[in-house]
Amino acid sequence: MKVGLFVPCYIDQFYPNVGIATLELLEKLGCNVTFPLNQTCCGQPMANSGYSNLTKGCDANFVSNFSEFDYIVAPSGSCVLHIKEHLKDTDHPEKAAQIRKQIFELCEFLTDILKINSLPASFPHRVGLHASCHGQRGLHLSSMSERNEPSFSKPGHLLSMVKGLELVQAERPDECCGFGGTFCVFEEAVSVKMGKDRIEEHAQNQVEYITGGDTSCLMHLEGILKRQQSPIRIIHIAEILNSSISN
Amino acid sequence: MITHAKEAEKFNKDEARVDWHDDTLWFVRQKRDRMAHNIPEWEQLREKASQIKNHTLSNLDQYLVQFEKQALANGVHVHWAANAAEHNQIVFQIIQKHGFRKIVKSKSMLTEECHLNEFLIGQGIEVIDTDLGERIVQLRHEPPSHIVLPAIHLKKEDVGETFHQHLGTEKGAKDPQYLTEAARQHLREKFIAADLALTGVNFAVAETGGIVVCTNEGNADMGAHLANVHIACMGIEKIIPRQADLSVFLRLLARSATGQPITTYSSHFLRPASGKEMHIVLVDNGRTEQLARTDFRNSLKCIRCAACFNTCPVYRRSGGHSYHTAVAGPIGSILAPNIDMRKYADLPFASTLCGSCSNVCPVKIDIHDQLWKWRQILSQEGHTGTAKATGMKLMSAVLSNPDIYRFAGSTGRWFLRHVPSLASNSLNPWFKQREMPEPPKESFRDWYLKNRKKPKGE
Ligand code: SF4
Repeated sequence: MKVGLFVPCYIDQFYPNVGIATLELLEKLGCNVTFPLNQTCCGQPMANSGYSNLTKGCDANFVSNFSEFDYIVAPSGSCVLHIKEHLKDTDHPEKAAQIRKQIFELCEFLTDILKINSLPASFPHRVGLHASCHGQRGLHLSSMSERNEPSFSKPGHLLSMVKGLELVQAERPDECCGFGGTFCVFEEAVSVKMGKDRIEEHAQNQVEYITGGDTSCLMHLEGILKRQQSPIRIIHIAEILNSSISN
Repeated sequence: MITHAKEAEKFNKDEARVDWHDDTLWFVRQKRDRMAHNIPEWEQLREKASQIKNHTLSNLDQYLVQFEKQALANGVHVHWAANAAEHNQIVFQIIQKHGFRKIVKSKSMLTEECHLNEFLIGQGIEVIDTDLGERIVQLRHEPPSHIVLPAIHLKKEDVGETFHQHLGTEKGAKDPQYLTEAARQHLREKFIAADLALTGVNFAVAETGGIVVCTNEGNADMGAHLANVHIACMGIEKIIPRQADLSVFLRLLARSATGQPITTYSSHFLRPASGKEMHIVLVDNGRTEQLARTDFRNSLKCIRCAACFNTCPVYRRSGGHSYHTAVAGPIGSILAPNIDMRKYADLPFASTLCGSCSNVCPVKIDIHDQLWKWRQILSQEGHTGTAKATGMKLMSAVLSNPDIYRFAGSTGRWFLRHVPSLASNSLNPWFKQREMPEPPKESFRDWYLKNRKKPKGE
């Protein structure tokens, strides 16, 4: 199985460990993983700010990097959703269409494609899960509290396989953290307040870590946690799932 | 210029109050959840409601004509208004024809949208809002902050102070029962003295020509039954084809709005009582234009339940007034730019696109997708400012080219240092209440080159 690893730009630049954990995890699970070296960004920062007309360069670059794989996997629900919904390439429309179908967020790839039922991971800590909205509602990685539907959570399911991990649910299980792309700077006051409120619920649960599938949300929460000098740390779900496989 | 971000920042100065506002509305959302989760066919009901509305919007011309014909046959006067000014004139002329001076009015977001109160008061007419929440904000000379709970931004202490000033209640009173009793006595006098009652419309049934008005206080009924003349004002999207369709909408409306199985009063008005007069004013005011916008037409499915307000994490933490439009919240943010793109260019950006609104909406409006689509239009039409446009072009240039991207990355983790300055030149808004991530010693790509042999793609 040829897997193309997509490491979104801010992960590449700021959180390389998330990319490393994703790569190692996929390799340990038997995938033949390649990181195409000329990848940059999915184009979401422009598109969500109203400038989807400026994403042609990113789109073309994405297509030229990722058209050779059986699957494309990324440790970010938000970027995957953007590609799924908006990737276009007028020169290679069929390649873009193919990519939109082949791209998966890490958790859904593990549960739906690899269909793993166990993991030799170990993470003996008290952990809160932040369900990032684009993964949750956009990719339907877990059931939504708004809907009348059977409850499920792909990230939760994966975390339940991790030895020693104690998962504690926040009181509002699927409220947005307030990152929202450029929202985090254009609507700074509300963005930070939303983040503080998310953190407060996890803090009341006395978690040691807040995890999730989107580094962007975690980066925002981390920024607030550090300012508050909180002992709570953030960790991407890939790092937990990879925690002891690598040993 | 008023913007959501600035108003929201002011609202956030008092964090305890933000917490209170957030909790109050979250409580309503939870009541709604319990109701929605107790109905096994909830998602089917939403789908059904959505389909009925889609069908109606596709055949709106016919249903409007059918409605008018039936209403006329019932002895109701029917008026058509192309815009807010025409609507206000029509209402005023009816009042004038009778030489009336005093009217009572139950909740109608349409009349808020048309600024009817200001207009009539300017003509020397006494207009009294009879919905308790609306009366409170009217006494305070404020607009409603929520379409279902107009005074939700106020605490009982605030109401006590307002009633003390205007209704002579004891200073410092905050007992809800005492205060509502005072409002009740005050409103009774107004009901009895009123010459004419104006109401909104929740549903207008094409098949019968009848209208349905939903309230919890019975104030629409009290007004309409006491006065000799009843005017009902409605946007043209309030039409539903058949009486039977109410079985879908009435089940959804109150559950979505307040978590009640049904509103306390669901009043059906078909024809005037003998010797009385009934008018219906059908208002366009931008609706046909919205109907013509393929991407946005289905915003007209809205039944104004406000579930999208209550669920919206941004609304709960910024308050209704920060949206500076009659209909706030997520739905307001997709309706308002249709009326005035320049004035409301900020609203589609007052969202994280979390998508909770679209999933709570009882008629399945794809609200967050429409917010995204409005952003594209507003940017392309130049309503988002040159600084942002320039910054975005630069960002696009960097991210489109792998070489430039790597160069920019290696010369100082360009990305995060650059993005925040789009919003403000002086103060980095990321850093105000957050720390920056620490730049690692190498990017993932650098690590990959070192640690994985024979990488492909080069
Ligand atoms: S958009 Fe949907 S949820 Fe919002 S007020 Fe309208 S019907 Fe209710």
